[in-house]
Order: sequence, then structure tokens, then C-alpha cells
Amino acid sequence: MPRRDPSTPEGAVESLRLMWTIRRFEEAVEELFDRGQLHGTMHLSIGQEAVAEGVAAALETGDMITSTHRGHGHTLAHGADPATMLAELLARETGYCRGRGGSMHIADVAGGNLGANGIVAGSMTIAAGAALAERMKGGDRVTVCFFGDGAANEGSFHEAINLAAIWDLAVVFVCENNQYGMSMASDKGTAGGSVAKRADAYGIPGSQVDGNDVVSVFETTLEMVRRAREGEGPSLIEALTYRYRGHSKSDRNLYRTQTEIDDWRNLRDPLDRFEGSLLESGGVETGTIDKIRGEVRESIRDAVTEAFAAPPTTVADLEGAAYA
Amino acid sequence: MPETTTYAKALNTALAGLLAGDERVFLMGEDVGVYGGAFGVSDGLLDRFGEDRVRDTPISEDAIVGAGVGAALTGMLPIVEIQFSDFVVNAMDPLINQAAKLHFMYGGRANVPLVIRAPGGGGTGAAAQHSQSLEAWFAHIPGLKVVLPATVQDAHDLLIAAVRDPNPVVFLEHKLLYKTEGHFEATDDVENPVAKIGESRVIRHGSDLTIAAYSIMTIRALQAAEQLADDGIDVEVIDLRTVRPLDIGPVRESVMKTGRLVVAHEAPIPVGVGAEVVAGVVESNALDYLLAPVRRVGAMDVPMPYAKDLEQAVIPQTGDIVDAVKEVIKS
Repeated sequence: MPRRDPSTPEGAVESLRLMWTIRRFEEAVEELFDRGQLHGTMHLSIGQEAVAEGVAAALETGDMITSTHRGHGHTLAHGADPATMLAELLARETGYCRGRGGSMHIADVAGGNLGANGIVAGSMTIAAGAALAERMKGGDRVTVCFFGDGAANEGSFHEAINLAAIWDLAVVFVCENNQYGMSMASDKGTAGGSVAKRADAYGIPGSQVDGNDVVSVFETTLEMVRRAREGEGPSLIEALTYRYRGHSKSDRNLYRTQTEIDDWRNLRDPLDRFEGSLLESGGVETGTIDKIRGEVRESIRDAVTEAFAAPPTTVADLEGAAYA
Repeated sequence: MPETTTYAKALNTALAGLLAGDERVFLMGEDVGVYGGAFGVSDGLLDRFGEDRVRDTPISEDAIVGAGVGAALTGMLPIVEIQFSDFVVNAMDPLINQAAKLHFMYGGRANVPLVIRAPGGGGTGAAAQHSQSLEAWFAHIPGLKVVLPATVQDAHDLLIAAVRDPNPVVFLEHKLLYKTEGHFEATDDVENPVAKIGESRVIRHGSDLTIAAYSIMTIRALQAAEQLADDGIDVEVIDLRTVRPLDIGPVRESVMKTGRLVVAHEAPIPVGVGAEVVAGVVESNALDYLLAPVRRVGAMDVPMPYAKDLEQAVIPQTGDIVDAVKEVIKS
């Protein structure tokens, strides 16, 4: 059973809450950065919330994910605690990685998040290995491997999917195609017209979905997860979406137009669309939506406060910490 | 009863014992199954343990090591074989950016107990891309352990120790050692390794000069010591056994006794393990005991050539160690 079903009224409320949580979380992180309270860099997925939530909703507790440098959304949708994530970003001892990983490396292996990865395509073979281990242990947990359109042109993409395909491993490879690998437009950098089409080469199902439609992402993922869990092997989903913010904090947006960004934001925003369709179908009332927005805003504010109150990282036990 | 066997057979015995003793252990790599591994190390294991646990992979080093990382991260004890250590270069991302980092990067809350076995070294006429000694490269990375057994017994004992270690271990076997015979006692207890990673060992006692070496150069150092004994030079030989962590203590103690040091490895000298050993000595009060400049013995600073005479010239031989020792003694 999926943990949430956004196509039902009850599930939709939960999915909407998750999507708002991701957006507000990232807006909070951005604000902290702009105020100079958070150092390093960050990669925001604002505009891509429907991919993270549509996929994670289709999983069961215990299923595993691997994520990317732009992984806040995946991690939150898969059950991460916003305050513990913020503690990590704010370099607190209570963070997921005790301040040693930061934004790009949120992990909770025991909780099924095998880690966000700073290397493009770096987690793809890891996902295959986790699925191999799961099968050797006799389990039926599924691993979702999130990766970006840029990763589809790395060698690891090929090696990981080939391995998963020849061994029928329970991996759902989810390409979050947000149109750009940093500044390289996906259609300029990707031969063959689509990432999903490449599935044919491995003899596995490949499916391109509207990544800004959470229900559509959910339904496609649900089927791919079902078949993976039942031993039918891996699959590839390409979810088309768009990132509103720059690649990272250094991005001056020289490779795209403001009109393009505005079009995606104004006409295809995943939250606007989801709320619009819920109101239209009558599944959720305006009051409920307002309530969710308010609660999420408050919960993120509380999470920031909690993270700031946590003890800072300490250099005292760094020595020798590279080894278990 | 102690007996003798070969380095390859000792590794095979260790693998069999590990596979039999712990269902989390599996072996994965190119041609490790019916072929028995390019050097025969996994001979017979497929029949005994089945294709799930002695797992042939496509030629995909990145995926072999990466999948090993994923499996190790989620509770297995994978042993992956990379057919030649040169091909680990194809898997540097999963090795360096993933395996070595995850424990630390995830705040100490995850482990990667992965062993990467790979044959290294020259002398087989396999030329530049199948003959390298890359240990210094791996040893430079915090989070990795790097083990290079010289003896038949160590090949067995250190492999068990590597699998029992909660960290990623690069286990480099020398191709010319596979067929060497040596004293061997197998242990059925694969839970409690008799050897410990990070312990060097004095394997020949002497008073005039210390040679620190590892892998095949330990064997050549012992041969050099025998020749030098005929000339009245009494050499102490230390087998480093692992270069990361490097157990420098016994080298310092030995130098404080002999006053002279030669470090020998098959890898080229620049930025190599030899420099690290020398630094480890001179950064201690063993410096005060040195009676002569130290010497490093290593490969000529070129890629490995194919022609036999050229290859022999590039690889440091027993005679090169003898010459180095004599020079240090003279100076």
C-alpha cells in the first residue's frame, strides 16, 4: 500500500501538506542564506515539488531512496524531519549528519534515505547495490533512485541501469528533468530526444510523465513500484519539471529567459495546479487549503527556531572520524 | 599441522571460509564465477556457493564498486574483485567520492564495509595499463584502508581482517605472488581475524640497516638480506603489510637500533609511500639515530614498458635493494 494517495481526498491533503512543506522549507533556507545565517551553497528544487511527493507517496515505509545534490524535496517527502534537516544546514550537532554533510548530503540510512549525493549520477550504482542486497536478504523493499537530466549523460547511468536490468533489481530510476544541467539545456545535451526512451535500450519500461502533476507522477510511480516489488525488475520514469531558482547561489540565469521562468511559474506551478484541481473536483475546500498553508508556515518557522537552538558542531571528535 | 600452499590458494581458502561462515558475504566481479577469476583466486567457489553469492558481473567497474557500496551500506559484506588494479581507475567515483566518504559525510551514522580486491604490480609483460602499483593514490584518501599482503599467510589472514573491518578496504594482491608457495595455517574462525589491519611486522631481525617494504618488495627485501648477509651486512626487514593506516612505530624502533633506513616499493618513487615512511621516521626522535641519509627504492619514473628487458629495468629488483643498502652502509 502506498503511504499516501494524492488521488483521494484524504491522501491529497497529506500530499499537499508535503508539497507546501518542501516549498516553505526551501524558501526558509533561501532566506537564511540571503541573510548570511547559512554558509556554503545550496540547490533549491522550488517548482519541482510534485516529483518528490508524487514518487515518495507511492512508496511504503521501509522503501529506500537515493537522492541528488538538489535533494531537499526527496528527503522531506520520504519522511525527513524538517528541524533535523535545518539543523544540518545550520551546522548543528543534532543535524542528520552532525554538520559534516550539509545540504548536499542529507542521509538517514536506517530510515531508508541512503543519502543525497553531490556527484551527478553518483548514487545510481549505489541504488542498484542496495536493491541487490535487499534481494539477497530476501526482502521486498523497493529502491527509488532520483537523478537529474544531467546525470543521464554520465557513464554511471548506463552501468547502473544495465546492471539493474540484467539482474531484475527492484529499482525505480526517476529522472527529474528540470530542463537544465546547470546551464546546459537538457534537449541540447541529451541525444535521442528523451531520457525515458533510453529504457528501450535496456528492455525495461520507460515512461515520460508531467512532473508538475503530482497525481500523474504518483500513478506512474505506483505501477513501477508494484512491478519492482513483485520481482518484475527495474524501470525508468522521466518526470518533466522546471526549477525556478538558479542552479545554485552563484547562478545569474544567463542561459534562459525571464519569460520562460515566468511561464512555468504562472501557468504550470505544481502547487497551483494541484490546489486548482482539488478545488475544481470539490475534493478539498478552500478553508482546508488555507489551513494547511498556515500550519506548514508555522511548522517551518518552529523548525528554524528549533534548529537555531540546537548545539553547534564541535571539532573535538573530528580526529579519526573518517573511520568507523 | 602447518603446511604450505600458494598465495592464490590461501586467498581462495579465506574466501571460502568467509562465504561459508557469514551469509552477508558475497563475491562479485568480472569472471569470478565459472572462469574462477582472471588469476584463479575464486576457483571452485561458484560450484560451492552458487551464482548469487559468487556473482559474475558485466565489464562495468563503476557499477561493480558502486553496487558494492550500496550493498555494504545496507547490511551486506561484499567483496568485489576488480580484475586488474588499473581498472579501479574506472571506479574512482564510487571508491573515492562514495565509499571513502559516506561514513564521515553521514555523521558516523552509516558504514561501508566493502572490500575491493585487485591484482596489482608488474612483471607479467602486460605493459602500461595492466601493471601499475596505485596504492599511494588510494592511501591518500581519508576513509580508505589499503592492504598489501606479501606472504601466503597474510594473504589469507588479512583478507579475513579486511572483510571484518567496518571500513572500505582496498586489498591489493601482487600478480607475481599468486603462485608463490609459503607456510600456511588456515583458520576456520572467520569471525575473529588473527591478523589486524594497521600492524607492520619485523620479519627478519638485523642490526646494521632497516628495510621497510610491502607486497612483493618484502619478498625481494628478504632475498636481498640473504645476499647481504654473505657480505657481512646484517639487515632487519619490516613488512609494512598495510600502507593505510601506516604502522610506523616498528620502523622508528628499528631505525633507532640500526641507524640506517631503506624503503622499498614497486611503485614509482615521487609522492609515494616511501616518502610517507621516511617522513614518519624523521618526524620522530628516530631522526637523531640516523647515521646516514635514507634511500628509497622504487620503479623508474615511467609507465610500465612491455619488452621484458625494459620491464625488468623499470621494476626494482632484489639487486637494486642490495645496491641501495650497500650505498647507505658506505655513506
